[in-house]
Amino acid sequence: MELIQYALDNLDLLGARMLEHIALVGVAVGIATLTGVPIGIAITKNEKLAKGVLYAASIIVTIPSIALFGIMIPVLSLIGQGIGYLPAVIAVLLYSQLPIIRNTYTAINNVDPALREAARGVGMSQNQRLRMVEIPLAVPVIMAGVRTAVVLNIGVMAIAAYIGAGGLGTFISRGISQSDPRQLIAGAIAVSLLAIIVDFALLALQKRLTPLGMERAAETA
Amino acid sequence: MIQLDNLTKVFDTPKGAVTAADNISMEVPAGEICILLGPSGCGKTTTLKMINRIIRPSSGKVFINGEDTTGLDTQDLRRNIGYVIQQIGLFPNMTIEDNISVVPRLLGWDKTRYRERAREHMDMIALDPDAFLKRYPSELSGGQQQRIGVARALAADPPVMLMDEPFGAIDPINRAVIQDEFLKMQQELKKTIMFVSHDIDEAIKMGDSVAVFREGKLVQYSTPDDLLAAPQNDFVESFLGEDRALKRLNLVRVREVVSDDIGTVSPGDTLETALARIDDYGYQNAILVVNDKRQPVGLISRALARTTKGFCRDHLQNVSATVSLDDDLRKVASLMFAQDITWLPCVDAKGRVCGQITQRAMTHHLGSRFRPGTTDASSSHVATEE
Repeated sequence: MELIQYALDNLDLLGARMLEHIALVGVAVGIATLTGVPIGIAITKNEKLAKGVLYAASIIVTIPSIALFGIMIPVLSLIGQGIGYLPAVIAVLLYSQLPIIRNTYTAINNVDPALREAARGVGMSQNQRLRMVEIPLAVPVIMAGVRTAVVLNIGVMAIAAYIGAGGLGTFISRGISQSDPRQLIAGAIAVSLLAIIVDFALLALQKRLTPLGMERAAETA
Repeated sequence: MIQLDNLTKVFDTPKGAVTAADNISMEVPAGEICILLGPSGCGKTTTLKMINRIIRPSSGKVFINGEDTTGLDTQDLRRNIGYVIQQIGLFPNMTIEDNISVVPRLLGWDKTRYRERAREHMDMIALDPDAFLKRYPSELSGGQQQRIGVARALAADPPVMLMDEPFGAIDPINRAVIQDEFLKMQQELKKTIMFVSHDIDEAIKMGDSVAVFREGKLVQYSTPDDLLAAPQNDFVESFLGEDRALKRLNLVRVREVVSDDIGTVSPGDTLETALARIDDYGYQNAILVVNDKRQPVGLISRALARTTKGFCRDHLQNVSATVSLDDDLRKVASLMFAQDITWLPCVDAKGRVCGQITQRAMTHHLGSRFRPGTTDASSSHVATEE
């Protein structure tokens, strides 16, 4: 009861922090998509390079977020951004690379070779093949990668409160330091809810972006 | 016209260089279908795919309508060659209309023009444009999809088509239907077509000429009938099968074998006349009775004519079957076998008797050009190895 009371009393603050959280993750994953998708497409042309890039992206994900923030503090302090918004966005940007690059790479690579041959056979250039056939067919899998990145990083971003990036993590960090379970639990629940809701929203978006013909194929399959 | 001049493909593999196509030179005259035939790995598909550079030739040249294609831009070249593959390869993210219009769109045609063209092509492949144009490939059956595949290849009206086992993945019943439709279309379109197949029956049915490949080499290039009648060596002969003489039945029409010398009687003649005529013509079993329009109305058997008196019209036996001039000998043979008879009356388009076809005439026609297989193994060995 206490918890609900706390949440109701601080609804404004919760809302503001949640928007902050969404903005942080949104900007970071947005940039990650803009970089990851082209990288994922580019590495389909070279298997060795693909292995290297995917390996590097996997290693980044194994770095604990707290450690990553710690590493960035001295580096970014050089430009006066050691803590706060910038390192938080960079961390999420890095963590997002693996799911987005890997899904893009897999999806483009898995386009049916017969379709690729048909696309070449009708006289499409490499760019036309990507634009008219390969990317449209890869969209559902690429979007699934973006979803994974978003959900994963909603959690990571909660920790960024420790370096003063704001977001819902502030409730959690304050709850711990002030031994206040109300703040802690309210923050934790809000983070979980946000992750679930955003996941559903992105799933809906993914369905909208899936070419109609593929959706119908999935239904008849 | 498609002309290949010493077209060669050498693949570098971990086991060393493999020559997939070895100095292939051949010419397909304009408006004809040439079937590239052979077992898998014989180089027929490699040869086909070098024409539109899906596989880049190691050396040699391709001429289309007399023009050397070597200097042409790859995309331009492909847009001017219809291409149909076994896996069909319709783009699942595009509607049927977009699939058919893809080459015209790449060529920058005006929208109304390529839309109109898509409708025309739907009519040509016997699919209702209103029912299908807005649908997606996944909603169509395999046979329908490959019809669309053919329409897509034809959309920009290319002079030349390449077809890589186009009907290989379609069930046998639908395959026969699509083959027939395609041949009918080809009679109007007169495209120059190279068509890969591993099915000898398909080759005989579809091809104006057949090119048999083995281990990267073109072994024999001739008309289907010549191929079946006179295979160049043991390999070709064994590939054609032991029943190759029977396969020729498909290729010969009744009009090529028919004899117009047929004795008939009319219903008003007496059985005595009938018997006399049976003897005149030397018939073994029976004579045909025709009415005044020369339509067959019945048979009088020799036994009956010998033992009975009266008029033919009172003793007619059923005519078990007739064949028309455009039927192939396969049908004729089948009817003969089924009815245990050795001759059949032939009728023209109006159902009038115009001759007869006998088993003797058929075997004579086929046998006169049949070349028995080479028994001398060493000489044919040399022929394939050179």
